Amino acid sequence: MNMQSKTWIEVGTLTDIPRQGARCVKTGEMTIAIFRTTDDRLFALEDKCPHKNGPLSDGIVHDGCVTCPLHNWVISLETGAAQGADEGMSLTFPVKLDGETVLLGL
Amino acid sequence: MTAQKQKLVIVGNGMAPSRMLEHLFEVGDQYEVTIFNAEPRVNYDRIMLSPVLSGEKTYADIIIHGEGWYAEHGITLHQGDKITEIRRHERKVISEKGVVADYDKLVIATGSNPFIIPVPGSDLPGVLAYRDLDDTDGMIKAAEKGGRAVVIGGGLLGLEAAAGLKLRGMEVTVIHLMPTLMERQLDTAAGYLLQKELESRGIDVLCEANTKQILGEGKVEGVELADGRVIDASLVVMAVGIRPNVALAQEAGLEVNRGIVTDATMKTSDPNIYSVGECVEVGGMVYGLVAPLYRMAKVAAEHLAGPSEAAFAHAETPTKLKVTGCDLYSVGDFAEGEGREDIVLRDAQRGTYKRVILKDNKLIGAVLYGDVADGAWYNQMLISGEDISEMRDTLIFGQAYQGGGTVDPLAAVAALPDDAEICGCNGITKGMIVKAITDKGLTSLADVRAHSKASASCGTCTNLVEGIMGITLGDDFVLPAAQGMCGCTTHSHGFVRRMIKAKGLKSIPAVMQELEWSTAEGCAKCRPALNYYLVADWPGEYKDDQQSRFINERVHANIQKDGTYSVVPRMFGGITTPDELRAIADVADKYDIPTVKVTGGQRIDLLGVKKEDLIPVWADLNAAGMISGAAYSKGLRTVKTCVGTDWCRFGTQDSTGLGIKLEKALWGSWSPAKLKLAVTGCPRNCAEATCKDIGIICVDSGYEIVYGGAAGLHIQGTTVLGKVATEEEVMEVVCALTQYYRETGFYLERIYKWADRLGYDHIKEVIYDNLEERKAFAERFRYSQEFAQVDPWAERVAGAEAHEFKPMATLNLEAAE
Repeated sequence: MNMQSKTWIEVGTLTDIPRQGARCVKTGEMTIAIFRTTDDRLFALEDKCPHKNGPLSDGIVHDGCVTCPLHNWVISLETGAAQGADEGMSLTFPVKLDGETVLLGL
Repeated sequence: MTAQKQKLVIVGNGMAPSRMLEHLFEVGDQYEVTIFNAEPRVNYDRIMLSPVLSGEKTYADIIIHGEGWYAEHGITLHQGDKITEIRRHERKVISEKGVVADYDKLVIATGSNPFIIPVPGSDLPGVLAYRDLDDTDGMIKAAEKGGRAVVIGGGLLGLEAAAGLKLRGMEVTVIHLMPTLMERQLDTAAGYLLQKELESRGIDVLCEANTKQILGEGKVEGVELADGRVIDASLVVMAVGIRPNVALAQEAGLEVNRGIVTDATMKTSDPNIYSVGECVEVGGMVYGLVAPLYRMAKVAAEHLAGPSEAAFAHAETPTKLKVTGCDLYSVGDFAEGEGREDIVLRDAQRGTYKRVILKDNKLIGAVLYGDVADGAWYNQMLISGEDISEMRDTLIFGQAYQGGGTVDPLAAVAALPDDAEICGCNGITKGMIVKAITDKGLTSLADVRAHSKASASCGTCTNLVEGIMGITLGDDFVLPAAQGMCGCTTHSHGFVRRMIKAKGLKSIPAVMQELEWSTAEGCAKCRPALNYYLVADWPGEYKDDQQSRFINERVHANIQKDGTYSVVPRMFGGITTPDELRAIADVADKYDIPTVKVTGGQRIDLLGVKKEDLIPVWADLNAAGMISGAAYSKGLRTVKTCVGTDWCRFGTQDSTGLGIKLEKALWGSWSPAKLKLAVTGCPRNCAEATCKDIGIICVDSGYEIVYGGAAGLHIQGTTVLGKVATEEEVMEVVCALTQYYRETGFYLERIYKWADRLGYDHIKEVIYDNLEERKAFAERFRYSQEFAQVDPWAERVAGAEAHEFKPMATLNLEAAE
């Protein structure tokens, strides 16, 4: 995000999110999905597939990507970019762990 | 027409006599046939015992003729009853159980006995031969206890046994008398490569090792070699050869040498007695591979049918080893000798070895290891005896390199002449396959197998048969070549399913590790498939991995285009009540559900439910007595019914009641793809049973069970499985059919595609004709349901998987600023 100053907001703890899964954070108009990988890395994307706005948080997580549940687009968790032949971007957000606490940068 | 039929009695029910009968029934029905079988079962494909041992196939997969086939041809089959005496002057045979049968013609097909080396201890419990299904079962049971198996004999059978036992988790040592393995089929170089390959799989190989005695008190404990070495063992398998079983013929006074002596028409020294199979000695030779045995069967059938010129002649039979991942092929004569020349190609890096043996510019033998694609081509040159001097320089590189052609596998098949033998087991040429495809309009591999028999025995020529289908059908044929499940693996669904069972893999990471997945965590294609295979194969043991399921199966509702969900409560058999309808109406009002729709499967669909509302919606529906309708699952969806005898003036049975019973038995089960049933009360078919995955058509005298219908992108009517008299039988057959589909289907493969792949006749033999198998499948289904019939709504209302349904946090952006 191109905000001048980033605020780290506490949104929950690591164990709230299943491994190879995601949880949503609602921020008014927007929903942000926070993903947790097998090795406990966290990524945050807007919960909208660049294709037809499918909820990425409901997708299957594998090897640093999520597959959208609507039409199987594969989105990189790190960059938000559609993989393979598809083109498009989902918004990404910074997210980090402080001990067990998940902090989202907005 | 009704002239008295002649009596044909057959002693033995192996592959040779059953093939003989198939030929005989093709030309006429002048015989009333009686078979005595010492084994207590129908006949099965003995050369497929190795895949059964390794776990890649089951007994049901290798049955050649189910009980239905015997009934259809009016054959009297005495199972588990052995003939003990032939009275030739009276033309009678007498069995162990005292059955006396008259014959006009008798066929002796007593096969062979495994040779047990007469060393001390060879009669200890734990010493097995490798000959029939009982031996195979014995080995599988022994393998369950683990420990070390010693296989005596490094020939074809011994090595297949060793590889199978290794796959079953045993430590394995092979003891072989000769300096290299399979010395009758392989030269020393190929034998060495094979030994290295087996050793790399953890099988110990001891060549030039002579067994002195088998040690143990009351059971096998070890093997002592002549040089004094002792190898611990809890199982000893003797696979050192076979001896024709001639005892019965000998006592009857027939001419017997190494085997039962016949002339080239398969007639023994008594003109009314024929003999086929491994017990025969013809032209001074005895045979053990299936191809010559099938040729004997054909010759005998023609002579039994009437005057014929058919005669058995010796031909070289190619050898292949049925060990997954060990490709070798040998044919003809490869001993060194005067006037013989060798051409050899070795590639140490790839571990391949090719050698062709020439004499007078003709090919007389070939040994291939690692790359066997050109086996059929070399064999063709060996049979035709053509002069190869023009292609001598490139001969060893194979067919693709002749005449500068492309390296297109189809081109290689296209270039084969019509008389090229494709299926060595059944003696089927390319021309015969092409003729069967074009004459009968065949489009699937299963049909080609059923009609032409090509690749129907050991199956190693399947690729060639598919290639021929490709060039014959052109664009109409999509090569179903074993494609990888997805980009993460080159293994096909079939291979992965077999390995999950064979290697006892019980988690997704274990499958990916053992089968060498190329990605760390798989993808959205393979993970749901693996999760299903593990759920289906290890009921009660495998813990369902929610993160490998599609969202619909994770939240037990169908995701819609806007990210909302649709909710369908179960209505068993399509029957509901005013109370249920009131509860549904209340839920629709309370949660502002925009659309309420009646589905094609006779259910009510609530569309547009917000994810956060799913749990309260389910809680309300649960409170009214309803459970999840599973309208989202790869599993049982609905059983559609008509009103049957309850109301309809044409109804013949209680179709509604039967539909409810079926749905109560089947709900909750997972299957490769969705499963929809219907029960219709009369052949007018108001419930549309004839386009369902499984349908029941009630008639006055009982219930016709049909399956394999499709009414989606593809439209296909169902095929009849069989007719039964009672509701209990319907339940058993439907559960057994569902279980067979669950165990062998590929993920997302609907039942009609599965049945097209396996063959409707085969499925009928396993599930309908064979009562024992039917019961076993139904019982496995029942067991699996113990773990599957849990209402997912109630579980989640009670708190399971709560994270799925509510946001982790809801932020007030004003406050964050």
